[in-house]
Amino acid sequence: MDLRDGPEEAAFRATLRTWLAANVPAELRGLRGWTGPALALGRAWSKRLAGAGYAGLTWPKEYGGAGQPWRYQAVYLEELAKAEAPQHLGVIGLGMAGPTIIAHGRPDQKARYLAEILSADDIWCQGFSEPGSGSDLASVRTRIELVGDHFVVNGQKVWSSYAHIADRCILLGRSAVTGEKHEGLTYLVVDMKSPGVEVRPLRQITGEAEFNEIFFTDVAVPKENLLGEIGGGWRVAMTTLSHERGTFGFALAGALDVAVRKLVALARERAGADALVRDRVAREWIELQALRYTNYRALAHLERTGAPGPEGSVAKLRWSEANQRLTKLAIEIVGQESQVADGDGTAAYWRYQQLRSRGNTIEAGTSEILRNIIAERVLGLPRSR
Amino acid sequence: MDFSFSPEQDQLRAHARSFLEKRFPATRFAEIAMSEDGWDRASWPELARLGWTGASIAEAQGGAGQGFVEEAIVFEELGRALYAGPYFSTVALALPALACAPDLLAKVASGGLTATLAPDDPVRQSAGAKAKGAAVEARRAGDRWLLRGETDLVPDAGWVDAFVVEARGPDGIGLYLAERHDARPLIRVFDTVDTTRRLGRVTFDDDSARILAAPPAATAIIASTRRRALAALALEAVGVASFALALGVEHAKSRQQFGRPIGTYQAVSHKLADTYVETELARSLAYWAAWCVAEDDAQAELAAVAAKAYAAEAAVAACERAIQVHGGMGFTWDHPLHRYYKRALWIESFDRSGAAHRAEIAQALVAG
Repeated sequence: MDLRDGPEEAAFRATLRTWLAANVPAELRGLRGWTGPALALGRAWSKRLAGAGYAGLTWPKEYGGAGQPWRYQAVYLEELAKAEAPQHLGVIGLGMAGPTIIAHGRPDQKARYLAEILSADDIWCQGFSEPGSGSDLASVRTRIELVGDHFVVNGQKVWSSYAHIADRCILLGRSAVTGEKHEGLTYLVVDMKSPGVEVRPLRQITGEAEFNEIFFTDVAVPKENLLGEIGGGWRVAMTTLSHERGTFGFALAGALDVAVRKLVALARERAGADALVRDRVAREWIELQALRYTNYRALAHLERTGAPGPEGSVAKLRWSEANQRLTKLAIEIVGQESQVADGDGTAAYWRYQQLRSRGNTIEAGTSEILRNIIAERVLGLPRSR
Repeated sequence: MDFSFSPEQDQLRAHARSFLEKRFPATRFAEIAMSEDGWDRASWPELARLGWTGASIAEAQGGAGQGFVEEAIVFEELGRALYAGPYFSTVALALPALACAPDLLAKVASGGLTATLAPDDPVRQSAGAKAKGAAVEARRAGDRWLLRGETDLVPDAGWVDAFVVEARGPDGIGLYLAERHDARPLIRVFDTVDTTRRLGRVTFDDDSARILAAPPAATAIIASTRRRALAALALEAVGVASFALALGVEHAKSRQQFGRPIGTYQAVSHKLADTYVETELARSLAYWAAWCVAEDDAQAELAAVAAKAYAAEAAVAACERAIQVHGGMGFTWDHPLHRYYKRALWIESFDRSGAAHRAEIAQALVAG
């Protein structure tokens, strides 16, 4: 047990910190989602990250990655958050689609997709959730039919971040309507520029549109875009979802670290003497340390076993609830001015963060589903349904 | 960056768990609590033989030459087994002062000396003692010292061989060792809610003592003792919470109502999931604090305070949820849960409330 960086990690961290200080465009610090003019900057930023070797840190060298242990990805996420730099635009490609293709793809698929994910030439989105299938993912109804030498896709996906800018989509659909629901699923890579694909941005309660609906109408997908087997989509999707929470906790704790710092500054400036405010600030600081060190335990587990442990669900669950409490406390301290939407000062910052935080307990696994996962898979309690 | 235990440390934990499960099964709790001594005295030499009393004592003094991380593992497992005996008092509260005297360390390592700490801290005394301005004074008498005065809420006061006393001398607060002999000092053990860790009042009436650390040096030892104690209790709390969770899960799997196990109901399972989550977060904080204490890291103070505040609250909540999940059975004297609950409440009350600990943290944050 040693909680200090080893010499190599320390060197990696120092180089990255210097690089971030010199390279993060001022317009992208504290970004509120990839929309409007940020988008063009985002492509350039992602290519710059890739050019400096910071994309695919943990990917195997044979696929163009840096082949580093997971701790490098953890350091990368911590430092990125600390610098308030935006993530690489291609997080879904790098963190979910890429590892899924590495695990289940054929050599020709690896050759075709992986390099463009790393270089940020291809941005990916995820077509999993549907209007009728959120937490119950295996009930998806988007139809996938094999007609001659291609698949035909019809249906609707929802809550797809990045779909409005994406080049490709990992899509989970239904190829068989009879039998076990998990067994009739098929996993495809869909070119977002195919005829019949329509993306409609969804405006959130913050006013911004970070995610989208995707409509598929008789979209023809070449047979070679199948990932895994026809009817074997569930297993492939589980690989994708396990990667969703691999080192994700580090990005969350990093973001929470920034939020707690800002909260402490706000409290010092406007409510320094209020004992109740101080108590709540201290609680969130403690929670942040708890999440940070839980991430380090998760990292040790990941490096030892190669598979993410249950700590990922723990981190996501508690981070989301902490972020909601913290931002609520901040707008309480700001007072009635928090209700003024103009401008980009302190009040506007916290107003946006507080509203945005309501999505945290829903996106990437609702808190209810995460508690079910913990109850069933970790504690071994009988299934509730 | 490596936040994992070594294979030897994992082995220590596995060994401790199996020893304690066999030696102190929950079925023995009532018998031990009702016994004349209130603890199984025969267990102390066994703990010494296992190397636990001397875990962090140098090999030259008969210890195992390890550190606080190994002690941390033992604290967590003793909490899980609800061990009744002065391990916390001796190893967390008294050891840093005893370390001033190699002969005393050798006695602790061999199991020949148990001790506790009588602090000079009004917050850690009863309202009655506080009102009287209770404190212990030390005055020189040749090469010995004489202690006079009173202090209370001293953990394990009735069980130990010696007291490390924070007493006021001519130059300030120093650390003194008063060994028990011939029914001196005078001890009154209170009827304590947690029978496994009884509090008592200690009255000195010109009792002879040996100085361990003189005033300015004593201050640093007192501060480091507090860090050790808070970290140790955070670890015990994690052990308590883990066991309460295990009992709750076991019951939720086996107890049937309306034709199915009650664990299928999310009103039950989500409570237990929350306990799991809080216990894991408390564990992360407690291990962090343990490492900071072992390394004498600059963050040790904040880490220990944070870990104790959080883990104590988590352990209390874990026991309360487990009692609720057990229904009426969890509310009975015969069920072991209330004993864990009482230990959790004891831990929560130690030193300062969670709110006071958080105020310390807030002060460091807002002032920093």
